[in-house]
Amino acid sequence: MEYGGAKQKTVKGSDVVIEHVRKSFGDFKALDDVSIGIKKGEFFSLLGPSGCGKTTLLRILAGFESPESGAVLLDGRDVLSLPPDGRHVNTVFQNYALFPHLSVFENVAFSMRLKKAPESEIRAKVADYLQLVELQAHAKKKPSQLSGGQKQRVAIARALINEPSVLLLDEPLSALDAKLRQHMLIELDSIHDKIGITFIYVTHDQQEALSVSDRIAVMNAGEVLQIGTPQEIYEAPATDFVAKFIGETNLYEADVVSVSGETVELSVEGFGIIKVTATEPPPVGSRVSWTIRPEKIRIGLEEPRSSRNGINAVSGVVDEPIYSGFQSKFYVRTPSGQVLKVIKQHADWSDEGPEIAWKDSVWLSFSAEDAYLVEVKR
Amino acid sequence: MRKRSSFSKAVFIGTIVFLSLPLLVLVLYSFNESKSGSWTGFSLRWYVKLFTDSPQLWRAFGNSVIVALSSALVATMIGTLGAVAVNWYKFRLRKYLRTITFLPMILPEIIIGVSLLVFFSGIGLKLSLFTVFVAHVSFNLPFVFLLVLARLEEFDFSIIEAARDLGASETQTLLKVILPISMPGIISGFLTAVTLSLEDFVITFFVTGPGATTLPLYVYSAIRFGVSPVINALSVVMILGTVALTWSTRNFLKYIAAK
Repeated sequence: MEYGGAKQKTVKGSDVVIEHVRKSFGDFKALDDVSIGIKKGEFFSLLGPSGCGKTTLLRILAGFESPESGAVLLDGRDVLSLPPDGRHVNTVFQNYALFPHLSVFENVAFSMRLKKAPESEIRAKVADYLQLVELQAHAKKKPSQLSGGQKQRVAIARALINEPSVLLLDEPLSALDAKLRQHMLIELDSIHDKIGITFIYVTHDQQEALSVSDRIAVMNAGEVLQIGTPQEIYEAPATDFVAKFIGETNLYEADVVSVSGETVELSVEGFGIIKVTATEPPPVGSRVSWTIRPEKIRIGLEEPRSSRNGINAVSGVVDEPIYSGFQSKFYVRTPSGQVLKVIKQHADWSDEGPEIAWKDSVWLSFSAEDAYLVEVKR
Repeated sequence: MRKRSSFSKAVFIGTIVFLSLPLLVLVLYSFNESKSGSWTGFSLRWYVKLFTDSPQLWRAFGNSVIVALSSALVATMIGTLGAVAVNWYKFRLRKYLRTITFLPMILPEIIIGVSLLVFFSGIGLKLSLFTVFVAHVSFNLPFVFLLVLARLEEFDFSIIEAARDLGASETQTLLKVILPISMPGIISGFLTAVTLSLEDFVITFFVTGPGATTLPLYVYSAIRFGVSPVINALSVVMILGTVALTWSTRNFLKYIAAK
C-alpha cells in the first residue's frame, strides 16, 4: 500500500518555490510581490484574513489563475505555463466540490478512470484510499447522502489517489462545526504523516494553522508579513498585524531608552521602564511597538520579588475578570489607564494562591524573554 | 385536520369542470355517429377515416414531427452549450447575452413571426419547411437555455475546477461532469421544445411555404370548412399520446435521478 507501513514520517512530495508573484483583479492588488519557499514534505499554512490573497495564491499554484509576473517552481521546474490537469498538484476545495452525479467510489476513482487504469487496479486503490479516510462503508452512497465531515474526507481521498507531489487545501474545514473541525484537523495531520507529501493549507483560522503546521506564512493585503514556525509566529511576531492576528495579545508603543545585547529597555506610557527582547535592537530613541502574550504574565496580589534579571513588574486594578472554564481572563488597568490582558490557567490542588476578584489591586510580572519588540516605527 | 370551507371546495370543483369539460365533450363527439352537433349514436367511423383516409392530415403530421424533433434537437444543443457558457465562463457581453436570449420568450409571437418573415425575405430565403425549422429553433432556444441554466445554477463552479484539477481536459470535463449533471435540465428542455414546436401556430403561419403545412395549420384550415369529427378523433389520439409521453418521461426522469 502506498501510504501504509512505515511508522516514522516519510518525506516525499515536491519543493515549491514562489518567486515575486504579482496578481491584481482590476484595481485590487491580490498579491504584491509574494515570495515563499516551501520544503519537500512540509505542512505549510497560508494564514490571513479573508481577502489577503491566500486563496488567490493557492489558485495560482493549482493553475486556476495565472499571475501577472513572477514564477512558481515545483522541484525547480516552472509550472506556470501548464494547465491544471498538467500539474502534479491536487486540490481539496472549500465546499468539497464533489461530483453530485457520482457515488463516493466513482468520485474517488475519477482521476484513475481518466487515465484508463485497469478495473482491478481501480478497485484496489480506491479501496485503499477509502480506508485511509475511513469511508469504506459508504462507497456506494451519493455525496448528497453524506455528512459534511464525510464529504470532506471523500474530497481528500479523491485528491490523494492521484498521488500528487503537493496537496493544496483551500480552507477545507471551514464548512464544518467546531468539534468536527478539531477532529478532522487531527486526521489531516495523521494523513500528512502517513503520506508525507507537501501540504499547502489555506486558512483564516490561526488556531488551525498553529496546531498542525510545520511552518506558516502570515499574509495580509496581498503581502507576506512573516514566515516561520508556529512558535516563532506566535511568540515573536514580526509586525503589529501578525501580533494582533495570531492569538490574543497586548501590544503597546514605547520609546527605546537603552540597549544591552538583545535586551532593550523601553519607556512605556503608564508602565514605566519595561525590558523586552529584540533580535535586531534599534538605536536608542526609536519609537517601537512591543508585545507580551496574556498567558506569559503572572498575576498576583503581592509585589513579585525575584532575584532573576529582567523581570518586569506593573501594578494595577482588576477591571474585569472573565471566567471561561479552564482559564480566566483579567483586564487589568494600570494607574495611568492602560489596560493589560492577562490569562491565568485555573489552578490544580497544589496552587494555594488567593482567588483574584473584581476591583482587587494586583501585581503583574513578566520576563523580558517573553516580551518582544515587534516593529520599529521611526 | 382543518375543515375545508365549502367555498374553496366549490371553486376547486368549478375549476376542474371548467378545464376538463371541453375536453370531455371533444372525446365524446369523436365517437359520434353523425357529423352534426347532436349525438346520434356510438361509432368509430371517424377513427377509421383518420387512420385510413386522411393523407393530407398525415403529411401535415409528418411535417410537424420532423420540425419538432429536429428543431428541439438543435435548440437543445445550442441552448445547453449557451447555458454552460453563460453560467460558467466569463466573457464580455455575458450579461446582455442572457437578456437577448430571453427576448423571444417575452415578445408576442406575432412580432417574432413578422420579424422572421421580413428577415427570410430580406436574405432571399424561400419559405419552406426549412424556414419553419429555423423559426422553431429560434423560439425554442430560450426555453432550453432557461431550463438548463436553472439546473446549472445549483452547482458551484468548483466542480469544474475539481475535474480539471483531477486531470480532465476541457472536453472530458464537458462529457463526464457538465453534461451528466445537467441531464435533467437538458431532457426537460428538449421535451418542452418538442411540445412548443408541435403546437405552434402563429409563428409557423408566417414562415411556412408551399407544401410545408404543419398539423396546427392543417387543423385550422380544415376547421374553416366546419369542424370535422376526424379532427376530434385526432385530438383524442393526441391526448392519449401526450399522457403516455408525460407518464413515461416522468418515470424516466425518476429513474435517472435515482441512478
